[in-house]
Amino acid sequence: MSAEFRRATAAQLRAGYGSGTFTSLEVVDELLGAIAQEDAALGAWLHLRTDEVRGEAQRADDAYAAARANGADAVHALAPLLGVPVALKDLVNMRGTPTTAGSKMLEGYVSPYDATITSKLKAAGALILGKTNMDEFAMGSSTEFSAYRRTVNPWDRERVPGGSSGGSASAVAAFHAPLSIGSDTGGSIRQPASLTGITGMKPTYGRVSRYGIVAFASSLDQIGPFARSAQDAALMLHAIAGSDPRDATSSALPVDSALLTLPQGDQAAIAIKGKRFALPKEYFVAGMEPGVEAAVRAAVAALQSAGAVIDEVSLPTTEHALATYYIVAPAEASANLARYDGIRFGASKHGGGDLLGGYLSTRGRGFGPEVRRRIMLGTYALSAGFYDAYYLKAQKVRTLIARDFDRIWSAGYDAIVAPASPSVAWKFGAKLSDPVAMYLADACTIPTNMAGLPGLSTPCGLSDGLPVGLQLIGAPWSEAALLSIAAGYEALTVDAPWRAVEPTDLATLGGAA
Amino acid sequence: MSKLTRAEVEKVAALARLGLTNEEIEALQVDLNLILEQWSRLAEVDTSSVPASAQTIVQAMPLREDTPQPSLSADEALQNAPARNGAYVKVQAILSEEADG
Repeated sequence: MSAEFRRATAAQLRAGYGSGTFTSLEVVDELLGAIAQEDAALGAWLHLRTDEVRGEAQRADDAYAAARANGADAVHALAPLLGVPVALKDLVNMRGTPTTAGSKMLEGYVSPYDATITSKLKAAGALILGKTNMDEFAMGSSTEFSAYRRTVNPWDRERVPGGSSGGSASAVAAFHAPLSIGSDTGGSIRQPASLTGITGMKPTYGRVSRYGIVAFASSLDQIGPFARSAQDAALMLHAIAGSDPRDATSSALPVDSALLTLPQGDQAAIAIKGKRFALPKEYFVAGMEPGVEAAVRAAVAALQSAGAVIDEVSLPTTEHALATYYIVAPAEASANLARYDGIRFGASKHGGGDLLGGYLSTRGRGFGPEVRRRIMLGTYALSAGFYDAYYLKAQKVRTLIARDFDRIWSAGYDAIVAPASPSVAWKFGAKLSDPVAMYLADACTIPTNMAGLPGLSTPCGLSDGLPVGLQLIGAPWSEAALLSIAAGYEALTVDAPWRAVEPTDLATLGGAA
Repeated sequence: MSKLTRAEVEKVAALARLGLTNEEIEALQVDLNLILEQWSRLAEVDTSSVPASAQTIVQAMPLREDTPQPSLSADEALQNAPARNGAYVKVQAILSEEADG
């Protein structure tokens, strides 16, 4: 059975632990073994809790053994992710572990507290294997802006995994963990999910607490799951969602218990019948790769064959979403990142000269090139004389973007179907020297963030052997409905040949890097 | 929109407290002007009767009782400080003796 654990879903692991077929410690040891052998080449991890997590797995196994002695109900009553290994993007604080946010600015920082989602994952029984690589402060679309290491795409080691949550995406795609956490400010969960062939969801703004998460753009940031199935993503979302007195933007709406039992198999496929999907023509823009468009249109055709109604619609402000985002997000980032002053925590170049000189050298040397660009953009957008022309204007266009989406929900559509990324994974360096080209990589995901809506990417095929993601966007708080549709699409395409294809370069990761 | 001059880039860097090298200033001037070109397209959008949205998912702002809650100890809160003096963060002198007088 060994060498099979790493491919299991979280739901399968929970069932296997419950029946006593295998133990959490066996699973954790197999994953740690794979990571030890392959991560030099993959580059997904920044910190591993090797010793701690084995003890935690042992305790989970003890709890299962004790519960089994008391019958099936006692096993069922155990925490929903008990003994399931997960990964955290390295901007989630966990007491006693480093948090770098991919930046030299936080090198050596050790969290004195747990983020709310860390506490919630612990309470749900999840075992935190470690922290994953990311673009510095989540600014980037390829993870190449990490100050620490390169993360490769397990489908092609010459290509990026997407970003900014590239480490979390590659870890799940390469079977180093069944579940991981990402953050999505402009697409940083959905785009890497698309490029690595897994499922990733950005929930509604306010669904998941951000307390203890390194902030990027506070009116946009949202936390969500990566998984290899819709049901697994739903399990993790259920574990982390909910109101939090420490995050005033978190919603008091109850977490949907339907996330725990999405429709499966035929039941999920049948539920597609009668669903109404909107296909926005603006998402199939010039510059979209033909192979991506073909795979997405084939997925739409599969939904249609299953009885869904597909209408082409227009979201006219889509073309302005990118510029709007690249004003709002840097503006908020320039304010959030003002806290990195070299005084209270993090890297510091204070010492020799005066206080101002200490700030200048701490921040000038501590931040990498993309973060500096965004801080400059944001500072400029908010500076005297330009605020109305840029920031205020962008906040007004944001209203128009949200109204575009509102019209879709008012017309009764269940979801918008669209590509998650205009391209498949690209080669390292291809967009590194052209910031505008890198920003365009998020063209399909950014409008959702501007409107605060939930969205997910689910694998829908291959283009020249590289994964393509189908994006589903829904009305506020429709996470369970979106994930149910994704489960239905999984069931409809369960026998599709591309589903049987594993990441092409997975087998080479264990060899010489 | 007119292009950002080098002096304007330097001014923004100073506002942002980023100490940059000459090469970095030059590279940023090029990058920022490319990006501002994209921004300028927003001027085409008619927003004359559109209100601004700081966020689009509007929540009832919850209130809580104003009572003390447990928090980090001083030691925990200061454990990452680069320079410390007992229960305080140590900083460079802010006022010189002349300015003090």
